[in-house]
Amino acid sequence: MTIVFEKTKGLTDVQTHYCPGCTHGIIHRLVGEAMVELGILENAIGVAPVGCSVFAYNYFNCDMQQAAHGRAPAVATGIKRVHPENFVFTYQGDGDLASIGTAEIVHAAHRGEKISTIFVNNAIYGMTGGQMAPTTLIGQKATTAPLGRTEEHSGRPIRISEMLATIHGAKFVERVAVNTPANIRKAKKAIIECFKIQLEGKGFGIVEVLSTCPTNWGMTAPESMKWLEENMIPYYPLGNFRRPEEVE
Amino acid sequence: MAKVLMKGNEAIGAAAIAAGCKYFFGYPITPQSELPEYMSRELPKVGGVFLQAESEVAAINMVYGAAGAGARVMTSSSSPGMSLKQEGISYIAGAELPCLLVNIMRGGPGLGSIQPSQTDYFQATRGGGNGDYRMVVFAPADVQELVDLIIEGFDIADQYRNPVMILGDGMIGQMMEPVEFKTPAKRDLPEKDWATVGTGGNRKPNIVNSLYIAPEDLEAHNIKLQAKYELMRQNESRVESYNIEDADVVIAAYGTTARIAKTAISKLEKEGYKVGLIRPITLWPYPYDEFKKVNPNCKGILTVEMNNGQMVDDVKIAVEGKFPVSFYGRTGGMVPTPDAIIEHVKKICGGEK
Repeated sequence: MTIVFEKTKGLTDVQTHYCPGCTHGIIHRLVGEAMVELGILENAIGVAPVGCSVFAYNYFNCDMQQAAHGRAPAVATGIKRVHPENFVFTYQGDGDLASIGTAEIVHAAHRGEKISTIFVNNAIYGMTGGQMAPTTLIGQKATTAPLGRTEEHSGRPIRISEMLATIHGAKFVERVAVNTPANIRKAKKAIIECFKIQLEGKGFGIVEVLSTCPTNWGMTAPESMKWLEENMIPYYPLGNFRRPEEVE
Repeated sequence: MAKVLMKGNEAIGAAAIAAGCKYFFGYPITPQSELPEYMSRELPKVGGVFLQAESEVAAINMVYGAAGAGARVMTSSSSPGMSLKQEGISYIAGAELPCLLVNIMRGGPGLGSIQPSQTDYFQATRGGGNGDYRMVVFAPADVQELVDLIIEGFDIADQYRNPVMILGDGMIGQMMEPVEFKTPAKRDLPEKDWATVGTGGNRKPNIVNSLYIAPEDLEAHNIKLQAKYELMRQNESRVESYNIEDADVVIAAYGTTARIAKTAISKLEKEGYKVGLIRPITLWPYPYDEFKKVNPNCKGILTVEMNNGQMVDDVKIAVEGKFPVSFYGRTGGMVPTPDAIIEHVKKICGGEK
């Protein structure tokens, strides 16, 4: 019998704590596969955030540090400056990166820090129970926006990729989604390209991954995929915002 | 090595480099900015990295990352900036990462002033950040002692896998004194086999972390931390004392305030007063036992600080009600004068002789 598919060596062999239908599992797999395919798993050092993916340090099969809320890019900076020859990445959600950690991500990008960031945007705080995030859509209900987000009260949702694409040191910025097999393939391609930017010493790279949260959105997994496509993608358009050749 | 004349803040940098520190992450704030400036000049010469972070919050988290990656690393700040670092210090203590922290204190609360003070004693010795953690806190009184404690501080941090703090005031940071760089007594330092450096494909991943979600795991972690702190209590407490077995009054003071107290003591001796001094060199672990040696007929302990009375709590714990404890302090950047200290000592003695 020939093996046609097996779990990537980029992930440890443990069961994750993620809810059924959550797309963190897919994104973890893509990151793990990317590290294996690039041959960088053995010298990789990852940084886990605070939020749903806090336990990422148990799942990625490489050395890991757990960072305070929003501080992963600063922690990764400390690691990379000590070990410039190692591959260093952060894995952060939208509460972590787009709210409490905006200073750290902006300045890591601004310095052209040679790290890679996987930014998982599901438009809500998952771990703490469905509170409003800066990325929560207008009209979207959250436990701290029970009537739905309004622009007047909370402003419009923040578009991180578009913002970071204005920064010179950010050499690779792309937004992808994991709601269809085709989009998952594109997401993996973007992650690999992003990681190569670091390996080639070109600067900071980030892949924003639109993700689902069936538990806190109050939907089934298929409904969540549909909601992502119909509501998130129109506001958060997919595509590349920055490549090295466009930077100069 | 011959003695060189150095400003306190620059001497900190030179001592850190002599101790093998190659990484400094900081943010400008008066009155310690000469230190990051010095490091930005000198660290690249030894193959190290100086990085000016976007904030104190980022700087301490860069220290976390670098320490977790196995490096000798430090940061420095002054009071309001040190408040911002408390979150990171708590994580560093929780994840058991060695590093050196320098606080060149200024007046508070809030933005306060830029003049010297000792108002962060509570913050340094009682935690500051969340959770039950402790760290060795040194209070050097002169630039030579500052240099010695910096060099040894890195070893202590590595030995216990714990942050070590140097708590100075604006005066020690700014004063110039001759210093000599000496090698400290050799300590048995453990391998940093826990550091994240890449698995190399031949071991399980190392994880640097302060999260223990199961209560029994977190309690076990805390019990382990407390056992480590107990070892630090037993081994690392330091104090200088003078004439305490024979004194009618003992002054308790630390850092530059202790030097002012010494001036007061020598003046008082000339007038026939018997005054002793207890100068804690470590504010944590506090040298409580030293107070047991005080003359049983001593009339009182006078605590002198550049704040409104913080170490005085530890003095009260130390004397266990055996002596009256009084306090004299100046604050806001004002410095106690020897004459004012003399007046307070005489009051305890029942007035002029």
